[in-house]
Amino acid sequence: MSSFRGRDVLSIRDFTPADIQLVLRTARKMVPVAVGEKRSRSLEGKILSTLFYEPSTRTRLSFESAMARLGGRALGFSSAEGTSVQKGETLADTIRMVEAYSDAIVLRHPQEGAARLAAEFTEKPVINAGDGAGQHPTQTLLDLYTIWDEKGAFEGQNVTLVGDLKYGRTVHSLAYALAELGAHLTFVSPPTLEMPPEILERVKEKGLSFRAAHRLEEVIREADVLYVTRIQKERFPDAQEYEKVAGSYRIDMEILRDAKRGLIIMHPLPRVTEIAPDVDRTKHAVYFKQAFNAVPVRMALLDLILGEGA
Amino acid sequence: MRELRVTPIKNGTVIDHIPAGLALKVLKILGIGDAVTSTVTVAMHVPSQAMGWKDIVKVEDRELGGRELDKIALIAPTATVNVIRNYNVAEKRPLALPDWAVGILRCANPNCISNVREPIESSFVVRSKNPLRVVCKYCDRELEDIVSHIL
Repeated sequence: MSSFRGRDVLSIRDFTPADIQLVLRTARKMVPVAVGEKRSRSLEGKILSTLFYEPSTRTRLSFESAMARLGGRALGFSSAEGTSVQKGETLADTIRMVEAYSDAIVLRHPQEGAARLAAEFTEKPVINAGDGAGQHPTQTLLDLYTIWDEKGAFEGQNVTLVGDLKYGRTVHSLAYALAELGAHLTFVSPPTLEMPPEILERVKEKGLSFRAAHRLEEVIREADVLYVTRIQKERFPDAQEYEKVAGSYRIDMEILRDAKRGLIIMHPLPRVTEIAPDVDRTKHAVYFKQAFNAVPVRMALLDLILGEGA
Repeated sequence: MRELRVTPIKNGTVIDHIPAGLALKVLKILGIGDAVTSTVTVAMHVPSQAMGWKDIVKVEDRELGGRELDKIALIAPTATVNVIRNYNVAEKRPLALPDWAVGILRCANPNCISNVREPIESSFVVRSKNPLRVVCKYCDRELEDIVSHIL
């Protein structure tokens, strides 16, 4: 029996490199089922609750698709409206109730730490599908899967994270996990949106060096993976300043002239103007594939946590 | 003749060797405010051989519980807590900073689940004791300005 059976997925930091490798290998085996070429009934009779206190269509649908592909069923809600939450029920009480209806709980909640709280009130496994500005471990796993699937390894890869590195929660978890897995990290951001010191501290604890830059042109030549995130307008005091900063981190054909041939470009989506549309047609663009990878990776997690073979 | 600034007490607790300037914070931890019902003596900026300057708090007819000691340990780990019974030191209560600070600090992150109406106690892992650094178990944020977040 693997260590995954019945386990909570709250933060990527709960995963050892060996755990991550197991999820990635399992995800690869799931691809034929995820695209409908093969059938699986490994979670037949199992029920997954998807409790989404704030909307996240992509995350919710990929979990429900993953469960259905494995022969299981999903039930839940996609916003707090019309639920007992509006009557003032605590999250703890909702979790105690839902525990009786399902075999595992996927939780998306606007407040940080919600998934950890939920896990304290149920014996059933809780999967964190995003808690406010906190953790979103399954997003990190699908990002890792995409890099591993495209590049074959993490060690020695130069992964360059670009954009809002201060507030973007996906890049914090990803930086931490990549440091664990031995990738070289480069951080590119405006001075006001740099990676927080506590994340840098954790990367350093892993004994890894990293590079920080403000200009993408300085580092694009070395990059094997470019992970682009959105710079949000509301982070800037005025619109003009935002336009200037956001424009300097836009990925277009011109900046890619200096890039390695094998460079892959990732983005958690939805994108706005960070990547020019003509980049979509290049071999560098893997962001739509990355979005698809959500299904096999979440299938792998569900199967490892709930499956009989786990 | 040596002048006694603070007189001995019959029964209660003496908190000595408080770093100078923190006596009022200790009073806050003990919930000592306007509605005090037992005699409380506070000495601030007292010469100390070991510390240079120190504060002292004496509370009559009261012995401190574990959680109060934990809170004092958070802000003044060098303090000594002596229980006085019938004018004698009956017990020395060691101050030890726990590995977890449970129910004694409030998370500064307004969006942390521990700050809403849920049936849980706040909980912080003590990542480092000197300098004191604590991280919220729920939202994973480090708490800055620990003293002003004592419950």
